[in-house]
Amino acid sequence: MTTLTTSPATASGTPKPDHNKTRPRTPSEWILMILAVLGALLVVFPMLLLLLNAFKSPADYANSSPLDFPEALDFTGIQTFWETQNFPRALWNSIFISGMVAILAVILSVLNSFAIGIGRVKGRTWIVLVFLMANLIPQEMLFDPLFRLYDDLGLLSNPWSVIITFTVIQSAFGTYLLASLLGTFPKEILEAAAVDGASRWRILRSVIVPIVRPTLSVLMVFFFIWTWNEFLLPLAFLNSSDSLTVPLLLEQLNGERQTDTTTLIAGTLISIIPTIIFFLIFQRTLTRGITAGAVK
Amino acid sequence: MASLPLVREKRRTRRPQDPARIPERGGSRLGYWLYFIPGAILVGAIIFYPLLRNLRLSFFHWRGGRAEEEFAGLDNWIALFSDTEFLQSFKNIFLVILAMVIIPTLVGLVVSALLFDVVGRRFSGKLSSFLRATYYLPQILPIAVAGVMFSWILKPNDQGVLNQFLSAITGTDVAINWLGGSYGTAMGSVMVLMVWIQIGYPVVIFMAALQRVEPQLYEAAELDGANWFQRFRAITLPMIRPEVFVVSLTTTIAALKVFAPVFILTAGGPNKSTYVPSFYAYNEFINGTDKGYAAAIASAITIVVFVVAVIFIRVQNAAERKDA
Repeated sequence: MTTLTTSPATASGTPKPDHNKTRPRTPSEWILMILAVLGALLVVFPMLLLLLNAFKSPADYANSSPLDFPEALDFTGIQTFWETQNFPRALWNSIFISGMVAILAVILSVLNSFAIGIGRVKGRTWIVLVFLMANLIPQEMLFDPLFRLYDDLGLLSNPWSVIITFTVIQSAFGTYLLASLLGTFPKEILEAAAVDGASRWRILRSVIVPIVRPTLSVLMVFFFIWTWNEFLLPLAFLNSSDSLTVPLLLEQLNGERQTDTTTLIAGTLISIIPTIIFFLIFQRTLTRGITAGAVK
Repeated sequence: MASLPLVREKRRTRRPQDPARIPERGGSRLGYWLYFIPGAILVGAIIFYPLLRNLRLSFFHWRGGRAEEEFAGLDNWIALFSDTEFLQSFKNIFLVILAMVIIPTLVGLVVSALLFDVVGRRFSGKLSSFLRATYYLPQILPIAVAGVMFSWILKPNDQGVLNQFLSAITGTDVAINWLGGSYGTAMGSVMVLMVWIQIGYPVVIFMAALQRVEPQLYEAAELDGANWFQRFRAITLPMIRPEVFVVSLTTTIAALKVFAPVFILTAGGPNKSTYVPSFYAYNEFINGTDKGYAAAIASAITIVVFVVAVIFIRVQNAAERKDA
């Protein structure tokens, strides 16, 4: 690779920075670009199918190909879904659970990582490993003992069973990430604050948190969406019909034999909408976040 | 999918003699432990209490409820090795790894290089980030919702999209029972769903990694007459190796824990052939007659997950030391 850097490109200085843009596009580049677009179309294709078929009447659906446009806009499926399922309730449950987890897990991550990254408590390498383990553990290992625990506490079918569980699971990841970030927090700032006579708690609240706020908001967005998408433990803990989350509601509808196909399609489409809205709002944060977690 | 920035931290936090980073006269570090109290109580109750309880239960027979626990020694653990369903579920994990790790990583490499090199540079950066977002979309969809969508497409009768589509092409009524008919079509369908969900993750990570590679390297190689594939192998791959590692680690662990796609699409059928370990454990806890055995299955998965994580970290550390 070292030989490459001293090759004619830099030696003769002929290629300008915009060299790439000025050269005409070759046919093979057009083909590759079209392939990339086709691949993306293939990815969204199932969702386009939903959109195409959600507005067909049951008769229209039975008699047409799934690739046909609907004969006329028909809202039977959507209406049946809305009338038979309490979707607003499920939506609220999902928002409440994911929102609480996002906030509480970030608070817990900050407290833990303050002790590790700033306080540098003894044995912190092990403590970090413990939190890492908490994040790696398969959920089927937790499910039965936690089910009995929440049963004893009367928390089954109560959103707090899921909120408590995922606050811990998500904060394990948050602690891991934030501990290394706070470990490199600028020392001068901490010293200046200490000279001014600020207490530890005060420094954490008024100095550290405002400075790492961008990272905290990325974490919050991720905790929200991860919790929203969780399936196994909510399935185990939330059983009454008014405690279901959006994925659980749809899964239950899918399991009922008498569910009409158009109702199911409409329900799937409606269940995707909150995610799409969230995606459009936070697209930038999401892409920044995944890469920030992976690249070091 | 969680991206775990593993390892490399250790070095920074190894020496226990470091003072706290806030200088205080006479200040004791003991006070910092106060900040651990909520976290320690919660992790203890929600993670380690269940972990220890299940590990203990795996050495007992227990029917659940008010039944007496009966000490079983290693019975449950020995039974695992002759349990065809358990062995089948672990065999399926290799196919899951193919669908969640290997295929997405390879396709992700090609797609990200395509979007970055061709679309991003030769067409427009906007189109490139729009396409990247599109590939990423299935990643944030609830897996349960994606599963229901695929189960609609794969419905066994004439209500299913794929059957309708095949009927239209062939002119005869096609009614293939994709999810319940045979192991091949059922497992294949589950794998297609997994690939569809996973593709976006490596694409986004690799594209970010490609931004690190200096464009001069490419231009130089281009002038030297290296074609795209040669450049990809000589420059791109070595530069983004850390990301390839992170992606394969996190997705392998996700693959070992996979549950929802199987639960929703096939429920383990036909004839329990598409069982994966976590589905098997879940099913045994709920419908089985011996929770001790279910606990042994869950403990076995946990051990495998930890072992795989440790191996990955070791390999990575060794590779780094060789580089340094």
